[in-house]
Amino acid sequence: MQRSLTIDPEKCTGCLQCEMACSFENEGNFNPAKSRIKVFTFHEEGRFVPYTCTQCDEAWCMQACPVDAIKMNFTTGAMEVNEQTCVGCKVCTIACPFGTVNYNVDTGKVVKCDLCGGDPACATACPTQAITYVDASATGLDKMRAWASKTDNAQATT
Amino acid sequence: MTWTKKVLRVNLTEGSVNEEPLNMDWAAEYIGQRGLATRYMVAETDPDCDALGPDNKLIFATGPLTGTAVSTAGRYSVITKSPLTGAIACSNSGGFLGAELKSAGWDMIIFEGKSPSPVMLNIINENAELVPADDLWGKSVWETDKLIHEKSGDPQTRVAAVGRSAEAGCLYSAIINDLHRAAGRSGVGTVMASKNLKAVAVRGTRGVGNIKDPARFMKSVAEEKQVLAENAVTGQGLPALGTQVLMNVINEIGALPAKNMQLSQFEGAHNISGEAMLEPRKSDGKPNLTTNAACFGCTIACGRISTVDRTHFSIENKPEYWGNSGGLEYEAAWAMGADTGVDDLDAVTYVNFVCNEDGMDPISFGATVAAAMELYEKGVITKEQTDGVELKFGSAEALVWCAERVATGEGFGADLGLGSKRLCEKYGHPELSMTVKGQEFPAYDPRGIQGMGLTYATSNRGACHLRSYTVASEVLGIPEKTDPAVTEGKAGLVKAFQDATAAVDSMGLCVFTTFAWTLDNMAPQMDAACEGDWTVDRLVEAGERIWNLERDYNIKAGLSGADDNLPERLLKEASKAAPTEGQVCNLDQMLPEYYQLRGWTADGQVTDEVRQKFSLPG
Amino acid sequence: MKHLIIGAGPAGVVAAETLRKLDENASITILGDEPEPPYSRMAIPYLLIDNIDEQGTYLRKDQDYFKRQNIDVVVGRAESLDPVNKTVKVAEGDSLPYDKLLVATGSRPIKPPVPGIDHEKVTSCWTLEDARKITSGIQQGTPVVLIGAGFIGCIILEALVSAGADLTVVEMGNRMVPRMLDEKCGSMLEAWCQNKGVNVMTSTTVTAIEPKGDGVLVKTSDGNEVEAELVISAAGVKPNADFLEGSDVKLVDGGIEIDEFMQSSMDGVYAAGDVAYGRDFSTGEFGIQAIQPTAVDHARLAANNMHKHGSIRHRGSVLMNVLDTMGLISASYGQWEGVEGGDSAELLDENNFRYIQLQFDQDRLVGANTLGMTQHVGVLRGLIQGKFHLGHWKQKLMNNPLLLMEAYLAATQAS
Ligand SMILES: Cc1cc2nc3c(=O)[nH]c(=O)nc-3n(C[C@H](O)[C@H](O)[C@H](O)COP(=O)(O)OP(=O)(O)OC[C@H]3O[C@@H](n4cnc5c(N)ncnc54)[C@H](O)[C@@H]3O)c2cc1C
Ligand code: SF4
Ligand code: SF4
Repeated sequence: MQRSLTIDPEKCTGCLQCEMACSFENEGNFNPAKSRIKVFTFHEEGRFVPYTCTQCDEAWCMQACPVDAIKMNFTTGAMEVNEQTCVGCKVCTIACPFGTVNYNVDTGKVVKCDLCGGDPACATACPTQAITYVDASATGLDKMRAWASKTDNAQATT
Repeated sequence: MTWTKKVLRVNLTEGSVNEEPLNMDWAAEYIGQRGLATRYMVAETDPDCDALGPDNKLIFATGPLTGTAVSTAGRYSVITKSPLTGAIACSNSGGFLGAELKSAGWDMIIFEGKSPSPVMLNIINENAELVPADDLWGKSVWETDKLIHEKSGDPQTRVAAVGRSAEAGCLYSAIINDLHRAAGRSGVGTVMASKNLKAVAVRGTRGVGNIKDPARFMKSVAEEKQVLAENAVTGQGLPALGTQVLMNVINEIGALPAKNMQLSQFEGAHNISGEAMLEPRKSDGKPNLTTNAACFGCTIACGRISTVDRTHFSIENKPEYWGNSGGLEYEAAWAMGADTGVDDLDAVTYVNFVCNEDGMDPISFGATVAAAMELYEKGVITKEQTDGVELKFGSAEALVWCAERVATGEGFGADLGLGSKRLCEKYGHPELSMTVKGQEFPAYDPRGIQGMGLTYATSNRGACHLRSYTVASEVLGIPEKTDPAVTEGKAGLVKAFQDATAAVDSMGLCVFTTFAWTLDNMAPQMDAACEGDWTVDRLVEAGERIWNLERDYNIKAGLSGADDNLPERLLKEASKAAPTEGQVCNLDQMLPEYYQLRGWTADGQVTDEVRQKFSLPG
Repeated sequence: MKHLIIGAGPAGVVAAETLRKLDENASITILGDEPEPPYSRMAIPYLLIDNIDEQGTYLRKDQDYFKRQNIDVVVGRAESLDPVNKTVKVAEGDSLPYDKLLVATGSRPIKPPVPGIDHEKVTSCWTLEDARKITSGIQQGTPVVLIGAGFIGCIILEALVSAGADLTVVEMGNRMVPRMLDEKCGSMLEAWCQNKGVNVMTSTTVTAIEPKGDGVLVKTSDGNEVEAELVISAAGVKPNADFLEGSDVKLVDGGIEIDEFMQSSMDGVYAAGDVAYGRDFSTGEFGIQAIQPTAVDHARLAANNMHKHGSIRHRGSVLMNVLDTMGLISASYGQWEGVEGGDSAELLDENNFRYIQLQFDQDRLVGANTLGMTQHVGVLRGLIQGKFHLGHWKQKLMNNPLLLMEAYLAATQAS
């Protein structure tokens, strides 16, 4: 059964352990600025919302890429950027309606969540289970994917 | 590593900003943050200087673990000479600024001199510049934060600032970062304002790295996070109720001081407790507490995010206070609640907002109001000073009025801004000041918890619970239970806690981890991360070295063993609370043994042997 | 079912793949007139600076990919359409039959009507063949004139400079990329280029190109003369639909008119990509966008409707562009010029070359320009295309447009 990241903002305390784990996994240091998952703070509402790529079905990023640098990993279901192939044109960064593919000025390539190859460091690091890696059918994911459908430029007629 | 090995030196007189290497020889002995910055203070300043003059320095310091994934490792401290105590001040703060500073590539910022006009320091990674802040002067911390964010446009910019209270010279002004995290005690904010430095804004995107043994480090971090998660205090009590978990506990054992420490129990304790913060309000059915919140990297998340009841008199006409903000911690709730006799949760929460908004230490503020209330009760302070306000114990209106005055320094607010000691002296009743070395007490009655008496008396920054939190042992049984009523063994307990805590602070960790961790849990993380061999023994030794260095500084600043004392009230007026009835604090049974264990002279001087043993400077 | 696709660009290839996913057994043929395997024009700038080789521009990297997908790729140029027999005539070859036809022939550069434009030192930058010519023509210090600082001009500008060109840019409009960036953005971009040593002449046209020595002399409307060894013309594009002229397929402004099912005026003939006169999401009006993401959107939808007509409706594609001009990244979305009666918000930091401008219609985002931003830019698309009501977050964005992600999360999570 394919698993996916599920996020429950209610449980998040804003500690940024996920951002540290992510940046450490991918960049080798603790650097929230380079994390693929971001926690957004709503101060007045007293709310923290972790947010990253949902590996959406539409895979806007993958479709938009002109050189086939983004591919689906069939084991994890993640859209992965092949750094070797990516030319850094950034079209995926404007095509992803969730803003979860970002350009890295230092490398000239783009970065996005790749589910750490099936063992996401953020989920492991999260102390409150606000981020979990569970069965793809879990509800939180459906909700995030529902946003995706709002963005679809197509409308099924049936 | 993971020191960045870089110090940012900011000369405010000249307006210059320079980078210099961190003294790694000192880092090996004093670790970082509290210890290392004190070492810089000793090397660079005259302990006898005027705390509010240009010769005093102000250091923002991170620890080697700050900014790493070790749980709670997001902290920084502000080290300077305190205008409140005349002793060394080290105020530790959480939030996100410390880690951001580290990620920008700096271990420390040393501010020296005094700017001719208001300025702020802007740091974006290696680029640091002083910019005029005339537009920010006269603004609260919250307004300042907002204006800085509007200018930077970057929501991730972290801001530390002083409020109007500091500008007005309140002696216990704090430096507030991330809107409601405070380098709270001893008037470090007052020093910052005295230098015409309004704010520090930091954005760091370089990251914290260079972990000595990454694999071992990550494994150790994960294991120790688990220890925190499984512990009843750090895994359940603190996340659910915050430090406010203590209000009812401490009250029940008869060690919750009330009404300027005249009493050792407060009848309204429950109304301002952590449990009360969860109860739905009548007006809107929402509880005071919205959620708990974490500081950078913290897996405990004791922080409170709260609202005040919109219909409460304090804010009914002030929509700007209707949103969420930093809620009550135990010490604040005690000082502004129990110690003033006020059990109105909304009033105390609102006053806490005001303390954050304008940068006041809520402990010193609350305790000073409590002293003023006793002076009012005695008829020494009258309605003449208070513009007709009845400054009575238990009056929420009076408390709110006081907070709004101290925030701006207007009228009687200036008197209250002096702190309890100077206020009581001014009005001719020094005996009513509940302070040590000029700093107000926190929330544990030393008549009921003997170890805390010695803790307060010998703390290097004046009355303070965070220098050796023996409550852990005497009340909660961590790491093992001791009897709070007895003095025996407390000298050793206090010394051990003091040394360990100095090491914890200096690594960049939060002292609340020690409910679950000992140095045995920290040393492996420190050792896997940082160059050098970091064993428990070495950390303890460094902690003791730091303690002695601070002591030495204070002696040179003109303090002596005579200042290791408690107010008469706690030594002579016995507790009337049932569980501790008849008890006083028997400091004299602990202090000589403590000096002995420290290897100091009978009058509390650091000896040459001790100096040599720890190779203390000069 | 026989699907014939004319054009081997991104639109053609994505359509073929989508068809294959929908129908394992269909016959799928792509007819393309360029000799190389299907490639992406967008990758050409990176080829010019040697970041990739020609293979790096190929749309699918695996040599056997199309064979494995059972997609025939045929080289040849479509010459005309026979709707009665349902065949397409290939130049110098046989006719290809179809049940469903997709025209995805893209566009080609316009030659501006300038005397001397046919000189051998003048080229466009559109195909791999052009790219080869440019690479061999530029060494360190080679004087080059670029005609047009539109989107394509700006995209190749950086490549030309890093290839060593001593570059002069001549743009007719009053600023750079006038059709994608607002006045402030375009002017800041110009300042940025000037700072980097590129000579940018706006509000200027090329009046003549004359031979001079081994190179040419480029004369401009302001009376200047610039010597160049290479002239690159990037003065706009037009759709490749000429081969349909005279057929019953209706053309508008040279592009193929399509309906919401991507079908042309002729049953069974669809169009996608640069050649299609398709619907714009924001305005609801029809036109030619000529950008990669739209080509792909079109292709996916066209394929679905070729497989089963009427299955998916096209609600329009959001116009969006991202440009990297010598390190300064700009982006535009939707109705960045604003709408009547709408509000706008902006934040400008001229010293640091940072700028963002948002356009609202009531409390919905309809367009934006950004400069110097790289994080979460895509969420602008999400906000525009989701047509989210921002409620009180609109005011927050008016105060600080950078709170985009927050606004998006608030808008989406609340609902
Ligand atoms: C240098 C450059 C940089 C670009 N950068 C960007 C960018 O950053 N972002 C962006 O969104 N867009 C960019 N574009 C535009 C983008 O490349 C096009 O929008 C995209 O290629 C359109 O895809 P298409 O499949 O519709 O057409 P094309 O890619 O043009 O493919 C059409 C194919 O059909 C062939 N063809 C034409 N007529 C016939 C015929 N009669 N018979 C057979 N075959 C025929 C053509 O030769 C071509 O191979 C750039 C273009 C260029 C030239
Ligand atoms: S990056 Fe964006 S478009 Fe790509 S898979 Fe993730 S959510 Fe979808
Ligand atoms: S930036 Fe890289 S991954 Fe993204 S679309 Fe361009 S080439 Fe593909």
